[in-house]
Amino acid sequence: MSRGRTILLDKRFELTLQRLAHQLIENYGDFSNTCIIGVQERGVLLAERLIELLEIELGHRNLEYGKLDITFYRDDFRTRKNPLKASSTEIDFLIEAKRVILIDDVLYTGRTIQSALAALQDFGRPEQVELLCLVDRRFNRHLPIQADYVGITIDALDEAYVKVEWKEQNSKDRILLFPAK
Amino acid sequence: MTEIKELSSKHILGIKDLNANDLKLIFETAKNFKEVINRPIKKVPSLRDVTIANLFFENSTRTRISFELAEKRLSADVVNFSAGSSSVKKGETLLDTVNNILSMKVDMVVMRHPAPGACAFLAKNIDANIVNAGDGTHEHPTQALLDAYSMMEIIPDLAGKNILIVGDIKHSRVALSNIFCLKKLGANVKVCGPPTLIPKFITSLGVSVEYDIRKALEWADIANVLRIQLERQDIKFIPSLREYAQYFGINKQLLDSLNKDITIMHPGPINRGVEISSDVADSDQSIILQQVENGVAVRMAVLYLLAAKRA
Repeated sequence: MSRGRTILLDKRFELTLQRLAHQLIENYGDFSNTCIIGVQERGVLLAERLIELLEIELGHRNLEYGKLDITFYRDDFRTRKNPLKASSTEIDFLIEAKRVILIDDVLYTGRTIQSALAALQDFGRPEQVELLCLVDRRFNRHLPIQADYVGITIDALDEAYVKVEWKEQNSKDRILLFPAK
Repeated sequence: MTEIKELSSKHILGIKDLNANDLKLIFETAKNFKEVINRPIKKVPSLRDVTIANLFFENSTRTRISFELAEKRLSADVVNFSAGSSSVKKGETLLDTVNNILSMKVDMVVMRHPAPGACAFLAKNIDANIVNAGDGTHEHPTQALLDAYSMMEIIPDLAGKNILIVGDIKHSRVALSNIFCLKKLGANVKVCGPPTLIPKFITSLGVSVEYDIRKALEWADIANVLRIQLERQDIKFIPSLREYAQYFGINKQLLDSLNKDITIMHPGPINRGVEISSDVADSDQSIILQQVENGVAVRMAVLYLLAAKRA
């Protein structure tokens, strides 16, 4: 992989997360009848970070939170060269009639989110689903899917690759843009 | 999301052909599917474009239902076939039967057959993924996989652990597949049964033999108990089932007299009062019904990984 360009880091990264957390509080108040679902694997890291911020802001720890793995729902399962390793799905509640905040790190073609929406249906019929993502690659969509909350919008070519790195895994929070994968 | 190595083979004919990575991959995938089958909606769309034929040339309850459920929970299309009600009775050969089914655009075949090697024969001659659901006295790979998976829920690492297989080792495909699988996982395997039902070559597979059930159980961490397969015995191997039950049957009294708690498994069908007594089969020490539950998850994993391989 060629050397990437850093797009967002340190203080600005932190501010972006805080803005997203505040936007969620504006719309969801005390988060009653609401659950947060992180898409495995990297959406989970974002979701957990946001939950930390929300809990500090809200002063309670009653947020309902689950992890969703979409490997078995992918539309490219049998056309990929190598199979993908499935992660665990940990949703121990029904989302029936709940408001769902779906969280992923990068919104690119929209196919992951399409699969995630299909997967969510297996846990009940939500009242509403909103999508939050840290990076929106707005010119690369294959499907009519848009995010409701966006950290940063990036205009990049199809062959470019966006990577979000997290303190927990890579010692630093930052978003990198690579010209090619 | 990380990419994984795929299975080393496009068929599951026997555990003998699988390597340690294959086993690991199957068990990891099965764990994901176990979560799926415990959801309120127990279905994923992974195999929605795959058609699977279940060909059962021999009777089966559990395996057949388990495969069918696994297929349906992966959203595959399923056709069922049993020898009793088919043109096999009219003299059609195995290859003709299967080729006719495949020409109706079937992608995968799950087959149980009384002849050892029937699945390997098919794999050589047709273009579809084959899963062996038991071929005569040879192998029953998915049973061994679900047995090992169930054991690992009790003892996560089987390396160095003592696993006992009791019963009709000679006629049991479950025993052979279990031995291959457990040895690949590093476990110590011992077989126990009447000398007439223990094959002579068995020690060449790296297992030990014990004829005294009490000593064998005292050695074991887990005991997998097998049925006496009267339908495959054309001569008398044991004087009577009653005598077998006396010498090799596992009952509560025997288990209570050991100085430890061991886990009891059985692949089914159980002959209550012969190889295992009712109070053991229904006790907390037995994980017979967990094995059945895990069977669906393990078979989902096998079919899923083979479908990925085919593409």
